[in-house]
Amino acid sequence: MYLRAFRAAFPATVPVLMGYLAIGMAFGLMLEAIGYNFIWAFFMSLTIYAGSGQYLGVELLDTGAALGSVAVMTFILNFRHLVYGLSMLEKFKGMGPRKLYMIFSLTDETYALLSSARVPERVDPHAYYFAIALLDQSYWILGSVLGSVAGALIGFDTTGIDFAMTALFLVIAVDQWQTYRSHLPVLLGSGVTVVSLALLGPDAMLIPALCVIVVSLLLLRTRLDARAEAQTEKEAV
Amino acid sequence: MPLTTGQAVAAIAVMAAVTFLTRALPFLLFDRGGTPPKVVLYLGRVLPPAIIAMLIVYCLRNTTFGFDGTLASCAGWLPQLLAAAAVVLLHLWKRNNLLSIFGGTALYMVLVQAVFG
Repeated sequence: MYLRAFRAAFPATVPVLMGYLAIGMAFGLMLEAIGYNFIWAFFMSLTIYAGSGQYLGVELLDTGAALGSVAVMTFILNFRHLVYGLSMLEKFKGMGPRKLYMIFSLTDETYALLSSARVPERVDPHAYYFAIALLDQSYWILGSVLGSVAGALIGFDTTGIDFAMTALFLVIAVDQWQTYRSHLPVLLGSGVTVVSLALLGPDAMLIPALCVIVVSLLLLRTRLDARAEAQTEKEAV
Repeated sequence: MPLTTGQAVAAIAVMAAVTFLTRALPFLLFDRGGTPPKVVLYLGRVLPPAIIAMLIVYCLRNTTFGFDGTLASCAGWLPQLLAAAAVVLLHLWKRNNLLSIFGGTALYMVLVQAVFG
């Protein structure tokens, strides 16, 4: 059952493979540069498993931050994960002990793959989700260890390979644009984030943007719910 | 390395615990029997497209705009624009995830390394 699920999941995870190898290697290189070798890279990627969180972690280790500020900074940076979980409540239902790992491994990229996943026929959906999550983390660990051990020795220029992550999100957005009747959430999400970037800059933009998006969507609920019902009726006819 | 090995291990443990907490909180709050409130289900439906849009902008956050008539002055934004357009057009045309992503990324790498590099 799992062999089939992993075979089916692998092609879907290839963009994350490229993205995670690139970003993971950069993490490994940075960690090595402040004096922590591949063993540290391996255990951080195994136990924390968060892209931007581990980048911040390098800074926190390097500056010797107090445990309290480590906790607060990590919480603020990962705040968006609170939101990811909400849309996975249904998907993870009935996954048993695997669910704990699914929750632990819910990164931006795994969230993106799971929320757009089309499970192939004759593949158990839960095994498919689990395979995606496990493959993604193995790429991340591999990337960070590789970066830490041999990143500097790699011959070919990987500059720009991190665009794979942008491309992945763009592909999902195109699919969603054609699936969802209302384009308001997409327009709202991009508009608010652009404004946030312009006002607050690249380092502080994410959490304020997320808060404004959630509040705006809550305020627009009556309108968007009415449209969703109209869509359901139309499809029923 | 300002931290001792023990302190570094403790810092990493805190990061791991807090990261897991942020991911587990929705499940701890809304997963105990019964259905979550309607407003939560509503957010679960309308948030994903808004968040993907947010992440696209976030990925492109280091884009800088400039133009003074030379090609070099466009290095901060033109590669992203061309590669993003390539991804969207490839995807509308062939609907093949891998092709769209590889095509756009390869174009971006050529642009930043060979054309604008």
